[in-house]
Amino acid sequence: MGYTKEQLLAHLQELRIDFIKYDHPVVLTVEAQAKYVGNVGSALSKNLFLKDKKHRYYIISALPETKVDLKVLSQRLGLGKGGLRMAPEEALGEILQVPLGCVTPFSLVNESARNVSLLLDQGFKSQESCIFHPLANDTSISLQAIDLDAYLISIGREPIYVDLEATPKVGKDQPPDLAAFAPSESIALPDYAEKIPPSESLPKSHVPTNSKPKEVKVAKPAKATTAKVAKVEKEKEKSLVGSVPLAPFSDVDQFAEEILNKTSALLLSEITEDSIKQHGEELGSMVSNTIRKRLSNELKNLAVMFKNTSYTEGFSAGIHYQQKQDSHLWGNTLDL
Amino acid sequence: MVCLGRICPDMLINGPIDANPYSIRLNSDGRTGAVAAISAQPPESFSASLLRSLLLLLLLLQSDTFDESCESGGMENENETNTEPVEAEVNPWEVSGKIDYDKLIDKFGCQRLDQSLIDRVHRLTSRPPHVFLRRGVFFAHRDLNEILDAYERGDKFYLYTGRGPSSEALHLGHLVPFMFTKYLQDAFKVPLVIQLTDDEKCMWKNLSVEESQRLARENAKDIIACGFDITRTFIFSDFDYVGGAFYKNMVKVSKCVTYNKVVGIFGFTGEDHIGKVSFPPVQAVPSFPSSFPHLFSGKENLRCLIPCAIDQDPYFRMTRDVAPRIGYHKPALIESSFFPALQGDTGKMSASDPNSAIYVTDTPKEIKDKINKYAFTGGQDTKEKQRLYGANLEVDIPVKYLSFFLDDDDELEYIKQEYGSGRMLTFDVKKRLIDLLTELVERHKRARATVTEEMVDAFMAARPLPSMFS
Repeated sequence: MGYTKEQLLAHLQELRIDFIKYDHPVVLTVEAQAKYVGNVGSALSKNLFLKDKKHRYYIISALPETKVDLKVLSQRLGLGKGGLRMAPEEALGEILQVPLGCVTPFSLVNESARNVSLLLDQGFKSQESCIFHPLANDTSISLQAIDLDAYLISIGREPIYVDLEATPKVGKDQPPDLAAFAPSESIALPDYAEKIPPSESLPKSHVPTNSKPKEVKVAKPAKATTAKVAKVEKEKEKSLVGSVPLAPFSDVDQFAEEILNKTSALLLSEITEDSIKQHGEELGSMVSNTIRKRLSNELKNLAVMFKNTSYTEGFSAGIHYQQKQDSHLWGNTLDL
Repeated sequence: MVCLGRICPDMLINGPIDANPYSIRLNSDGRTGAVAAISAQPPESFSASLLRSLLLLLLLLQSDTFDESCESGGMENENETNTEPVEAEVNPWEVSGKIDYDKLIDKFGCQRLDQSLIDRVHRLTSRPPHVFLRRGVFFAHRDLNEILDAYERGDKFYLYTGRGPSSEALHLGHLVPFMFTKYLQDAFKVPLVIQLTDDEKCMWKNLSVEESQRLARENAKDIIACGFDITRTFIFSDFDYVGGAFYKNMVKVSKCVTYNKVVGIFGFTGEDHIGKVSFPPVQAVPSFPSSFPHLFSGKENLRCLIPCAIDQDPYFRMTRDVAPRIGYHKPALIESSFFPALQGDTGKMSASDPNSAIYVTDTPKEIKDKINKYAFTGGQDTKEKQRLYGANLEVDIPVKYLSFFLDDDDELEYIKQEYGSGRMLTFDVKKRLIDLLTELVERHKRARATVTEEMVDAFMAARPLPSMFS
């Protein structure tokens, strides 16, 4: 059966790899994971489990903010356009032997994942440490990229780092630059339905950068849907991503929270035993002045972004309203 | 070129010497060049030589008084047989060499921004002057006093700045004029137009039209992230906006600048394509409010203040020369020095050398590495020597960077004292800088992440700004 978390951690210790283990409730997305380990000074990772038309499988492990364009990646791997899609859930269990929301480079330890290619974001290299799931969703471990490399080498895999955001031209004279990293063998699975439910394609999360396989937009294969529908889906995805602004710049509650958090953090750091001794009764006005001095610009910047976001939303709404009015007008005219 | 009071500047053309016996080329010191040029003249008639002597006399009398109103025209006479050593090159497309800013002010003919002006700004805006003013980053101006006089009378002005979107990677040096412009917008509560010269970069850097437009939009996001107020700011790209009233002004300006003049100012040659030659008016006309009828119609008298780096001065010298001839106010300027490259004082940061600059996309680790590895310091080689002799603050880049970005005057003074005397080590100064820059870059990244495509569209829409002066 599949490797367990305990076996993995023991293995890491045998290899004298330093890691920090964090236990937390089960999480299925990077966003949820961030709530528990987002502030430990380590970079989170988003892990995609992908499949191509020849039943070959890939793990793409990247920093959450790295843009991963499946179309571009597909071309770079020599799979043509639209050659990559999210692997079906069943493959997760069969091949990687991890639960949903738990894709991780460590899953390559399993014999069943022997032919899965792993591509790592070169951005990991410039991080102090990175966080991955150790074959379970209720734990995260943070370790250095070089240690991850050491582990991969110990299980007979070669760590491959790639600039995932690069968009090199692929054509007659420019061969796909990542073609060498596509697996040499395909993996046959019991025949599950090929169709990927379209409802999964729209992101639910507030933040445009996406997380684990379940929530990531599905790259639509050209033949499954008509071209027009695919285009409309894409437009919707694009406009949705574009038009969902980041809280705390659109959400009033979060905006207020942000201000209060900053202020109280500064307040607490200023009120220490020393400062109480030093200023005594004057402490109040001292701290007040410090807060003003230090936070004034920051709060103003926050506020101007909030203002700009609100204006933009109003402006967009106005434009669409106007367009609707105009088309309504035309519609009426044509009816005559 | 120096203009002789009332004599039409076009008479003193920068043509080759033998073409016109009256052509007099001048070096920046005014005298020797004229004499050298004249002595190379072919033999001539009595009346011609009389006229020539009179002109020379007039020249010698005038050379000490650079008439401000005719200071248009380039001083970049590279073809001169100069007795001076190789000079620093400063023009809109090249900045190199060790720059003597005092000489530059003299050569260009602008004014130093002195403490009394800074105090005046402080008074008028009721807020502390921006760190760049206090530290002399923005150090030169033209007509700032007139702008402030008008402002005191209740006549507002608008701001105009711009960027040539030649690359996606913006570094801190690029942000400097925008940070300062944001301060001006907030302090004076005035509107701002930002020009993205995608056409210029398409021509000079040989980018495709689509690519330069794309870069313009990407750069717009970083500009917006500096915190401009959308109710007072209009960003436009040349490819999208040129036309209508804007183009009419471009033609008016073009008619006032001869081919020879523009060659003299910008150094074009016969090999340069005509796009380049006709570009300068594009950068000139945003100085005139009638170029923006959707914003300023009915306000033809509105003055313009242009914050920019001093290498852009030639464009605006030309503009200021033309303005009165077409019935417009001359734009005022407030000019900055260059943000030094990490490796030292020579030239400015270059987008093509990643280690010469801190980019707004750098991670905290990259910032740390760049400062630690590549910043040129004035500290001594060893700790012991440092304690003994102290650091050379003149060439020390970390201190220079701190003087740009460390707002607290007292803290900066303290660091300078301690570091200069040797009580503080280079390591500590670098650490302070790393913390400061990391905070700055992280804040920028965060703000940048909130800029949506819709926001860019809104900033770039030619829409009215009803509350732009309130």
